Amino acid sequence: MAMRSLISERVSCRSSVLGARWMSSWWRNVEPAPKDPILGVTEAFLADPSPDKVNVGVGAYRDDNGKPVVLECVREAERRIAGTANMEYLPMGGSVKMVEETLKLAYGDNSEFIKDKRIAAVQSLSGTGACRLFADFQKRFHPDSQIYIPVPTWSNHHNIWRDAHVTQRTFHYYHPGTKGLDFAALMDDIKNAPNGSFFLLHACAHNPTGVDPSEEQWKEISYQIKAKGHFPFFDMAYQGFASGDPERDAKAIRIFLKDGHLLGLAQSYAKNMGLYGQRVGCLSVLCEDEKQAVAVKSQLQQLARPMYSNPPVHGALIVSTILGDAELKKLWLKEVQGMADRIIGMRTALRENLEELGSPLSWKHITNQIGMFCYSGLTPEQVDRLTNEYHIYMTRNGRISMAGVTTGNVGYLANAVHEVTKST
Amino acid sequence: MDSESVFGKIVRAPEDPILGVTVAYNKDTSPVKLNLGVGAYRTEEGKPLVLNVVRKAEQLLVNDQSRVKEYLPIVGLVDFNKLSAKLILGADSPAIKDNRVTTVQCLSGTGSLRVGAEFLARHYHQLTIYIPQPTWGNHPKVFTLAGLSVKTYRYYDPATRGLNFQGLLEDLRAAPSGAIVLLHACAHNPTGVDPTLEQWEQIRQLMRSKGLLPFFDSAYQGFASGSLDADAQSVRMFVADGGECLVAQSYAKNMGLYGERVGALSIVCKTEDVASRVESQLKLVIRPMYSSPPIHGASIVATILKDSTMYKEWTLELKAMADRIISMRQQLFDALSARGTPGDWSHIIKQIGMFTFTGLNSEQVAFMTKEYHIYMTSDGRISMAGLSSKTVPHLTDAIHAAVTRMG
Repeated sequence: MAMRSLISERVSCRSSVLGARWMSSWWRNVEPAPKDPILGVTEAFLADPSPDKVNVGVGAYRDDNGKPVVLECVREAERRIAGTANMEYLPMGGSVKMVEETLKLAYGDNSEFIKDKRIAAVQSLSGTGACRLFADFQKRFHPDSQIYIPVPTWSNHHNIWRDAHVTQRTFHYYHPGTKGLDFAALMDDIKNAPNGSFFLLHACAHNPTGVDPSEEQWKEISYQIKAKGHFPFFDMAYQGFASGDPERDAKAIRIFLKDGHLLGLAQSYAKNMGLYGQRVGCLSVLCEDEKQAVAVKSQLQQLARPMYSNPPVHGALIVSTILGDAELKKLWLKEVQGMADRIIGMRTALRENLEELGSPLSWKHITNQIGMFCYSGLTPEQVDRLTNEYHIYMTRNGRISMAGVTTGNVGYLANAVHEVTKST
Repeated sequence: MDSESVFGKIVRAPEDPILGVTVAYNKDTSPVKLNLGVGAYRTEEGKPLVLNVVRKAEQLLVNDQSRVKEYLPIVGLVDFNKLSAKLILGADSPAIKDNRVTTVQCLSGTGSLRVGAEFLARHYHQLTIYIPQPTWGNHPKVFTLAGLSVKTYRYYDPATRGLNFQGLLEDLRAAPSGAIVLLHACAHNPTGVDPTLEQWEQIRQLMRSKGLLPFFDSAYQGFASGSLDADAQSVRMFVADGGECLVAQSYAKNMGLYGERVGALSIVCKTEDVASRVESQLKLVIRPMYSSPPIHGASIVATILKDSTMYKEWTLELKAMADRIISMRQQLFDALSARGTPGDWSHIIKQIGMFTFTGLNSEQVAFMTKEYHIYMTSDGRISMAGLSSKTVPHLTDAIHAAVTRMG
């Protein structure tokens, strides 16, 4: 083609025209970044050729054969969608229908806040995207505020608020001695934080510990947060997954709503609808009135527009198809219960196996903890031994994704854990 | 008993200037209303279009029971990334052969620009980006929020309704060494004015001599001329000289995947080792933003790009869309000429891509909206994709009235 030879002719004369600066890379000084502590585990697992390998790293549900699951309700929704829907841009705030259904799940089907249009809500890129949008929003409108993050928490929470340039503090949460909640220290931290601080709370099935406050404890936490004028931001990534019942899992949020908090909430369908890779979620902020909600929503959209313009349609369509159809919604609730039950069953099996092996340690926490994860109490060194000697992959904080445990591997897992802990 | 809101003092943000047009259009009850705002392709019947080949790909995906919905890696669907790089850089690109391109799946063009800009703000030594005047309305915010400082270079010449080439060269010559320069790969948005290949070559030489870093926004590959390769020439020219650059790609328009948010960011580096380190840092930008990109749209693209029959089908459907737009340009020009509307309207057929920068001012635009229910952005940009043979007469009437009554 005539144009191409013209170009290559000109390019071959480049040395005479161009300075030396561009000959070396602009990125010489770019350091290789550390691997993500959670997602890096799966990478390592995939690279391992051992036939015995077990992945209890990332929190993605597996069936009893260790296989990923696409829910029946999702398959059906997709069948209905394919070939019919167009792919036009969603509004910046996402699918209105999906957001409506999502708010009902969290705030209640007959929530007065929904009726009164007091909730500013936008579709988000799953839970991560919801947290990030909120963090950016917090920075923009309360630039001097700080976010209090529980210890421990999902590691990406720190990255999110850091990239939003919000000052981070921590509050006590997990008690390594009891492998339960450090309630007294938690309450002290709430009392001692400057009035009007922002608190990040896991609504249910705390990640990574699986340790949730009791209903009574939630009431006290709510009271104290109100007394200090703090802002409660809930990350709810496991509604339905904790107890099997989405209504029950929303208890903490309902307590706070009853107490009059104007909370913020990140919701995700990654786990409870198995829509991981579709990136579907919702960010909501409860406001004083409809006018304020409209203003807040418009500002959230201003943050979304320069990040991704508008959110992806496919996953949202799956959600609204399911939740908007009585039969499909019923099927979904049944499937969520099924997933939660399998995990609860695996908790029991793992604990019983360890006890039968004669482990000197207490493993009660395996069944006390709730949701996808078990905070085993294993040290990083013990975790490394599990990986190197037994090809068992988990994050180095000792977090076991119970979703990766099956009747096929629970014995192997228990044995390995026993071996690395028996001389403790 | 409710607490006072900590966000009580927040004021309502203005509507997005582009997406707000559709909001206003939707509220209008007039039967003759016409939406020439957002750049989304419409058929002759004024309907959105899902390409046949996309429907085919969708069916294949839905029927494949082995498909799961697991998280993609942070960098996205690997097949998709490789195929996207080939699409923009050319299958025989030496940069690809040398493994010195890193490509990450992002949320369409917007997401690719934002991720690239965040990366630059953290790792590049010159935090100023030069954007053309005018440019897509969302560009300044994307770069500012990422932490770059935004300056402009002259681009559009209102007098000729063409390229202000001298002004462009002067402004780039005056830029500090190493500054980032945003370039529209083809079908400039909003003006539709593109440099010629000779002009691109001069731009390239100037930029390389000053060490200016090219950041391409490629949102219309295939849509401008109807040929995917021809529309990629500007990018390939820069890559051919062995230098580094960034490219943001979108499949919103050329595959009609708008709402699926499919795009890719490629960074062409000097060496394979550098590309690998750059990729690891891109992951650190992405993880706290949305963890990993959405799987559906990228799967559709990969399905099409990797199958030669489907790929061919796609190129034909793409050309048909581009041809329809070119025909709309001709029809509008002919209609205005026949009407005797004052002024030179030849820019309508000279400009390229989805948009025409009419040269109408904001008063004229407001007039057209109020009296003729024509919705377009206030800078006078119209989306040709929103026009049909049936609606050309109405638009002609509106433009004629605006020009004659409002000078």
